[in-house]
Amino acid sequence: MSGDWITFDLGRLVDSFWSTTLDGLTLGAIYALVALGYTLVYGVLNLINFAHSEVFIAGAFAVVFVLSGLGFGPSAPHMSLGLLILDIALAMIAAMLVSAGTALVVERVAYKPLRDKGAPRLAFLISAIGMSFVIQYLFFVWRGPSAEPNRTMYRPKPIFDVFGVIINSQQLTIIIAAVVMMVCVDQLVRRTKLGRGIRAVAQDPDTATLMGVNKERIIMATFMIGGALAGAAAVFYVMRVPAGVFYMGGFILGIKAFAAAVLGGIGNIRGALLGGLLIGLIGNYGATVLGDSQWTDVVIFVVLVVVLMVRPNGILGSNLGKVRA
Amino acid sequence: MLSGCANSGGSSGGGEESGGAKNQLPAQDSIEVPQDAAKAAGDGKGKCESGTSIAYVGALTGPNAQLGINIVNGVQTALNEHNDANPDCKIELKKFDTEGDPAKATGPSAQAVKEDKIIGVVGLPFSGESKATGKIFEDAGLVHITPAATNPELTQNGWKTFFRGLGNDTVQGPALAKLTEKVGSSKVCLVQDDSDYGMGLAKQVKSALGDKLACEDKVTTGQKDFGPTAQKVTDAKADAVIYSGYYAEGAPFDNQLSNQGFEGVFIGPDGVKDTEFVKQAGSAASNAYYTCACVPGDLIKDFSDAYEKVSNGTAPGTYSVEGYDTATVLMAGIDSGIKDRKKLEEWVKDYDKPGYGKTYKWDDKGELTDKTVYGYKTDGDKIVSVGKID
Repeated sequence: MSGDWITFDLGRLVDSFWSTTLDGLTLGAIYALVALGYTLVYGVLNLINFAHSEVFIAGAFAVVFVLSGLGFGPSAPHMSLGLLILDIALAMIAAMLVSAGTALVVERVAYKPLRDKGAPRLAFLISAIGMSFVIQYLFFVWRGPSAEPNRTMYRPKPIFDVFGVIINSQQLTIIIAAVVMMVCVDQLVRRTKLGRGIRAVAQDPDTATLMGVNKERIIMATFMIGGALAGAAAVFYVMRVPAGVFYMGGFILGIKAFAAAVLGGIGNIRGALLGGLLIGLIGNYGATVLGDSQWTDVVIFVVLVVVLMVRPNGILGSNLGKVRA
Repeated sequence: MLSGCANSGGSSGGGEESGGAKNQLPAQDSIEVPQDAAKAAGDGKGKCESGTSIAYVGALTGPNAQLGINIVNGVQTALNEHNDANPDCKIELKKFDTEGDPAKATGPSAQAVKEDKIIGVVGLPFSGESKATGKIFEDAGLVHITPAATNPELTQNGWKTFFRGLGNDTVQGPALAKLTEKVGSSKVCLVQDDSDYGMGLAKQVKSALGDKLACEDKVTTGQKDFGPTAQKVTDAKADAVIYSGYYAEGAPFDNQLSNQGFEGVFIGPDGVKDTEFVKQAGSAASNAYYTCACVPGDLIKDFSDAYEKVSNGTAPGTYSVEGYDTATVLMAGIDSGIKDRKKLEEWVKDYDKPGYGKTYKWDDKGELTDKTVYGYKTDGDKIVSVGKID
């Protein structure tokens, strides 16, 4: 190996600061949506649902199947905007249903029986990892090792050009839609009856039950909300990476989303948003400064470790139960 | 089916779109084959013991299987021709599947060298797996000719049994740079993957590009999201991208490039030159050119006809001719009366005859002395030759 394997050049980042930032935010928005699933479940059950990455990829498969059925192919289709939005909405509904369904099945099959028996924490962790493999290899057996054929929804067009910074329609769609969804979830947990139930179970499941909260129903709802958000993330993921759907496709993304949840403060909804966007940005900045994309993951996880050394509970650090209405 | 019209743009958009490239290179419709090209049939007087075998060791399944299938069909074409023409010498073909994966290739290779009847091998196709298994063949004294592996370092290991049936990346790298010149590009981004092949080739390309290099990036095998890399290319305002790697990553990369608004040309080496690339990248692939130290077999009528009988009608692909030619070299040795591995190794070492594609003569390291590289481009959903790059 020659000595030029690492170069450090801030000038590169200055040159392409805005495009790197926008791309990082787009990626980060997708991480953040997936991170919410980890955070919600952790908040309620103190459990890392490692199968969440597979909940996500199940949604992505649903997106691909729906798009294929609607006639989308590897090239961007020629169709009216209204029809395109309708088609994407259909794909999103399907993905959210499939992901929410998968999350529910994971809960009922892998966690509920353990909960009923009062199993130790470690058992849940192993069960979660097991579920993750089961779903991965079900997809492997069913769909084979290679990626699903590329389904391009549309070819992004530049929309704004502000001082030479070009924002394209895809970046705009993903960032805005993801942020809107996250605000909705935040409000749902803060303001609705269901949200109050979720917070109550997160704070103290036994007391909540005594107060008449149906704990099992709240848990199921939590898994389904997290799942539905992962399904939405899957649509944006396929929008950005049309050829990225295969059995292992959720794995790395899931780990990064988990890292995002931890970075922001696991159990904290706003933390997941912050963590997701930060992970997206940090990865992109790191790759630009250090010269190539192979650095992305190195930088992300080094920063994660450093942040956790200073703030072991993540940046925002609180948990779901402490959120006040 | 809500919107039947969704895909009406289809992949038919190739051809007319010139992108940012200043020059369109015209497609070729025939190539010259040397009059005295060696054919697998030989003189029909070959004699050998029954059970004498050659083997193909390489990918038959896995993500890059198509390349292996192209080769093995070329080998099978040669074998059929040979056995039809030589009543007293029926050579057998044994196949060993490596999935093209260096980690999985050692098992099948060890199996192949264990079979005494196998005295010559076509394979292994990929650089990574060739590197991982060269010593196995060397220890067993079993001659093998790779029809596709192009990493230059493979011949630097002192292996006496390793021969390369095509020009290596010190030939292909400059050819890639040359191709950017031919299409009229002046600012080139070079993107490499993390394989032995991609990294080795990128090194050669980089030195050949000189100051036309506008940006560089490195990606990983299995990566799916190339957004940041595509961003880098458009930020650098490059008019050409050379992707040094395989089509599995090249296709989504080209797709995202064109989504990002990149209008230049996408140039890939032989690892990208595959109809799977065109299929997966969709209309984005219409901006793609390729280099390959392989001969366009579909332009050689005799060969193409014979091949299609073996492949059930599929036209010869990348390295089909090399599969045929290298198998022919081995079988000609067997016809000449050679019965053991050592003699066959010497036969290959001293071999000097033209084949369909090029002249097969090796230097003392096992490198082919003929350095032919062809250029190719996307045409609709096919890949067609644009002629030799020199």
